[in-house]
Amino acid sequence: MELLHVNIPNWSDLATHWRPEVMLVGTFLLALLGDLVVRGRRPAVPFTVALVGLTMAGICAVRKLGVEGGTVMGDLVVVDGLAAFFRILFIFTGLATVLFAWTSEEIMGKKRENKGEFFALTVLLTLAACVMAEARDLLMLFLSMEAVGIVSYVMAGYMRGSLRSTEASLKYVIFGAVSSAIMLYGLSLLYGMTGSMQFEGIRAGLQTGDVNAFGLLVAVVLVMAGMSYKIAAVPFHYWAPDVYEGAPTPVSALFSVGPKAAGFALMIRFFYTTLAAGPDANASAGLIAQINWPLLMAVISAATMTYGNLVALRQANVKRMLAYSSIAHVGYLLMGFVLLTDAGLQAILFYLLVYTFMNLGAFFFVVAVNNHLKSEHLDDWVGLGFRMPWAASLMIIFLGSLTGIPPFAGFAAKLYLFTAVMDRQWFWLVIVAGLNSVISLYYYFKVAKAMFLMSPPEGADMSPLKLHWLQYTVLGVLAIPTLALGLFFGRFKGLADRAIEMMTTGL
Amino acid sequence: MNVGLPHFLTVSAALFSLGLFAVMSRRNAVGILMGVELMLNAASINFVAFSRYVQHGIDGQIMSAFIIVLAAAEAAVALAIVLAMFRNFGTVNADTVQSLKQ
Repeated sequence: MELLHVNIPNWSDLATHWRPEVMLVGTFLLALLGDLVVRGRRPAVPFTVALVGLTMAGICAVRKLGVEGGTVMGDLVVVDGLAAFFRILFIFTGLATVLFAWTSEEIMGKKRENKGEFFALTVLLTLAACVMAEARDLLMLFLSMEAVGIVSYVMAGYMRGSLRSTEASLKYVIFGAVSSAIMLYGLSLLYGMTGSMQFEGIRAGLQTGDVNAFGLLVAVVLVMAGMSYKIAAVPFHYWAPDVYEGAPTPVSALFSVGPKAAGFALMIRFFYTTLAAGPDANASAGLIAQINWPLLMAVISAATMTYGNLVALRQANVKRMLAYSSIAHVGYLLMGFVLLTDAGLQAILFYLLVYTFMNLGAFFFVVAVNNHLKSEHLDDWVGLGFRMPWAASLMIIFLGSLTGIPPFAGFAAKLYLFTAVMDRQWFWLVIVAGLNSVISLYYYFKVAKAMFLMSPPEGADMSPLKLHWLQYTVLGVLAIPTLALGLFFGRFKGLADRAIEMMTTGL
Repeated sequence: MNVGLPHFLTVSAALFSLGLFAVMSRRNAVGILMGVELMLNAASINFVAFSRYVQHGIDGQIMSAFIIVLAAAEAAVALAIVLAMFRNFGTVNADTVQSLKQ
């Protein structure tokens, strides 16, 4: 009896398909080691290592784009179009965060300890997020999600002496541990129903076997619970505002993009492969209908965007407002999941691409302001447009794009999502999303109004504020695609389309 | 008595419910983490039982070994955070920690 299928790992796979990941592992170890060698006194050493390593991994990942992928580590992970797309996104996010954190007082301020570790942790989070986008096995799914989680808990509590930071990491770790335990229980049920750990095996088991619809619904809901936590969708969003507000702002920026996009990548691969994929369209349609997947997702999506936008209206703290706005954006993104169609998934990918630029930009602007004002409160932001005109103008671009106003990229991205849902006659969802976009205009405009239109009180400090040149560079680099993708989106939409096509056709 | 799959599933379901109850009713952060451990162990039992009775392979057992390792790693990080919380707030009660949101 053959119990063990021993797959001798093929090391050449690592070099061909997994080169960026191997580079990230090396970068992480080198950054950690470098920090130890200089005893944490020269954060420039781990910073340089992280910067060089991430850049090299990024170049490598870009060159791998469009190259035929394959499986690594005995079928546990797959590098296909979807993975290639997301890993560029994650490495870019990590790189931007490392650069901006270098100029942030919250991370690099004089009194802070362990500055160097931040860069090593950012690289580790990037690596874990990449693996999340590549997992095709329950074991790897769980491992990569926990890896992202554990690194995030540490980063949220990075300012050890700060009450807010400690509270943020406590809330993060408790909600995270509970939701991952719930998800794991759901995964064990799926394994029990199908007898397979691989996503494809689960699909085969679900379609051929005699599956109890109620049991499947329970398992899917439990798994959704864990994933909703990762992307901060209602009703598992409670942690997000507190964590984003309490964590150091560069970390909040990273959280609002990296782990969230990784969660979406994992959801796309997991739910598409197990529930929707395959040539046997009727069987899969039956599966989705049995558990009423479209209605479940549509309700979660509508609830998430409405909740995020309505609560964001009342926020006077810009960081907290951006936290609620990022919850609202998860609601828009989930629209693409309602039907698990190619068009919907492609729209999600393009939206995530645009979201990365505009949301990182908005959070980084808060970092830059925080360095000078030590405040995220909107009342203290009055007149900021005249104290840092260039950066504030860039912020207007990011806010306009987050709202989804026409010349900016956010509009094109939203348009694709809306049409994907509209094509299948889900009109009520599109109407809810449209109304939500109008609501969001109000609170994004509130920030613009405070910065440019309101006159500051008598005797207020109106001296111009100077930003670090690195901050101007990163904000500028983020603003260019936020503008350009709104006008010339064809090429990048093509990238997203191709990534999904490569996943659905098997590689 | 013949012990079969239903017995294992009953134990694990009970364990999961107890863990969830502990998570929701405890105020002490360490107590909440203990509840999480129970939930993880419930999933572990499921994986081992299914690997014996459904798959007839060892995938589930490998999974449960990884779950144990990750539970330990998570507990280490979580306890470090609880320790930091005790230093800053002087308490380990999760619901008295309310400095955010103003």
